[in-house]
Amino acid sequence: MKTFYWLVKREFWEHRGGFFWAPVITGSVFLLLNLMAIVAGEVWGGMHGFCMGICTNGTSMHSLANALDQQSMDKVGAGLDLVMYSSTLIIGMVLGFVVFFYCLGSLYDDRRDRSLLFWKSLPISDSATVLSKVIAATVVAPFIALICGVLAGIAMLLMFAITLSFHGVSVWHLLTLAHPLQVIVNVIGSIPLYFLWALPTVGWLMLCSAWARSKPFLWALALPVGTGIVIGWFNLLGTMNVGNGWFWREIVVRALFSIFPGGWLRLAQGMQMEQLGEDGPEHALDFLSIGHSYGVLASPDIWIGVVAGAAMLASAIWFRRWRDDA
Amino acid sequence: MSAVITANGLSKRYKSSLALDNVSFQIAPGRIVGLIGPNGAGKTTALKSILGLTDFTGELNVLGFDPRKQRDKLMGEVCFIADVAVLPRWIRVREVVDFVANVHPRFDRKKCEAFLARTKLTPDQRVRQMSKGMIVQLHLALVMAIDARLLILDEPTLGLDILYRKQFYQNLLEDYFDENKTIIVTTHQVEEVEHILTDLMFIRDGRIVLDADMDAVGERFIEVMVNADRAPAARAMKPLDERQVFGKSIFLFDGVERSQLEAMGEIRRPSVSDLFVATMKETYA
Repeated sequence: MKTFYWLVKREFWEHRGGFFWAPVITGSVFLLLNLMAIVAGEVWGGMHGFCMGICTNGTSMHSLANALDQQSMDKVGAGLDLVMYSSTLIIGMVLGFVVFFYCLGSLYDDRRDRSLLFWKSLPISDSATVLSKVIAATVVAPFIALICGVLAGIAMLLMFAITLSFHGVSVWHLLTLAHPLQVIVNVIGSIPLYFLWALPTVGWLMLCSAWARSKPFLWALALPVGTGIVIGWFNLLGTMNVGNGWFWREIVVRALFSIFPGGWLRLAQGMQMEQLGEDGPEHALDFLSIGHSYGVLASPDIWIGVVAGAAMLASAIWFRRWRDDA
Repeated sequence: MSAVITANGLSKRYKSSLALDNVSFQIAPGRIVGLIGPNGAGKTTALKSILGLTDFTGELNVLGFDPRKQRDKLMGEVCFIADVAVLPRWIRVREVVDFVANVHPRFDRKKCEAFLARTKLTPDQRVRQMSKGMIVQLHLALVMAIDARLLILDEPTLGLDILYRKQFYQNLLEDYFDENKTIIVTTHQVEEVEHILTDLMFIRDGRIVLDADMDAVGERFIEVMVNADRAPAARAMKPLDERQVFGKSIFLFDGVERSQLEAMGEIRRPSVSDLFVATMKETYA
């Protein structure tokens, strides 16, 4: 167990840039841009006599808080929650890219620079090494990223609340409308789901990383995409009738892009993405809620992905053990 | 005492060539074995087999473990320095010491820090900022702090200047080696290890062509310096090798009676490099 902890720590040391600084910097830039937008909005609004944000029908900001009935209060709260999610969303995108390239390099880079020989000279099993990298990719990286996302979200919330307070709306009143704790629970609580959902992509990328003699990126991309094109071609000829769309959606996308958080929402039952725009923000929030997310576990798709991912990781361990080219 | 390594009928085939061809040998504890051979003779393959880094056929027992099946356990007792610069470039001195201290049960942190104190390395220095010599110093400090029973060195001093090379072997002998430890070293700089070796193993085309301790080598191989007039007689005795120096001929004999050679001229013990060159003649032809 101690060895495993240090193995994960080693991954963090090596990839501090991607795991820690990338989300921190993304969050900071996001906050900075929002701050600039708010300041610009204030200045511009001040010059032209408009008010920003939710006051669209000419209501004076001062009376806004009083004028809100219960339903619109909910809307404001939900809007603020969405503001909190927005930072997590951006950082989640960055996380996806970080994890993608981390996995591709995880079992390849040390073969290329031969430091593999050093790691292999220590009494550590290859399974422990590979699994520590899986944990780094699916637990450590998302945990740090989502913490950053939540912190940036809280900062955003305060920024908006303070801005509104300049217009006479009480900060605390607004904050009570938002549900930061619930947002935090939803975001952090999704990590186990992320682990399960990301497994096929992590497995595929790490398998390529352990197996490829060179250019794991090309292999990882070319194999599924190439197969998809071949299937499409056969379909075009009419000689074979394999679901082309199915292949792209369930194999190519799952094998390459499941490391982007939130992908599981597509599968979650009860609501379709398309409905999102039509209903208010409250509905969007339901959609993001943890109970809704975990509904995915009822679908066999995610479990098939987990099994495929585990099988590919087992192969990656085998290649890690026996690939002999350092 | 039982052998540290026992190999029986070890073979390894790469796609087109046989890297190890039915090799058998034993290495006893407390020895420093020089595994010497031309490029591509199978040295690295032999070491990789011992370390469980490659698959092979035949029997191999290292410290009671089968390297194919029990590699991670085996590595608790074996240390390995490959040719320079295999430490990961991103790691800091502090980090690598921390890491090894926490994953290696036989690592003595104080010892390692004492070795590091003798160098110019600083805790926050990254491997990528070090010279080759410093990387080897760091690796050696780590390895010497591990109480392992077998140390394997594959071209450890490749690319180092002479100061680092001398210091490397000196440290090994003075602060590390004892009768419970065994060292296997491969190198092309034979002259540097010659005086520290207790055993010599020549490998050529995947086969072991010489496996003897240094005393036996000294008895078996004799160089004799012969005047030109007696050279044909010496040549008739089938020497391994002949070369000319200052108008005299130097013949290298394998297994010829010492008294017989003494009668022909001045005899001496051949250097390992001369022996190597004589044994490996025609390797690249």
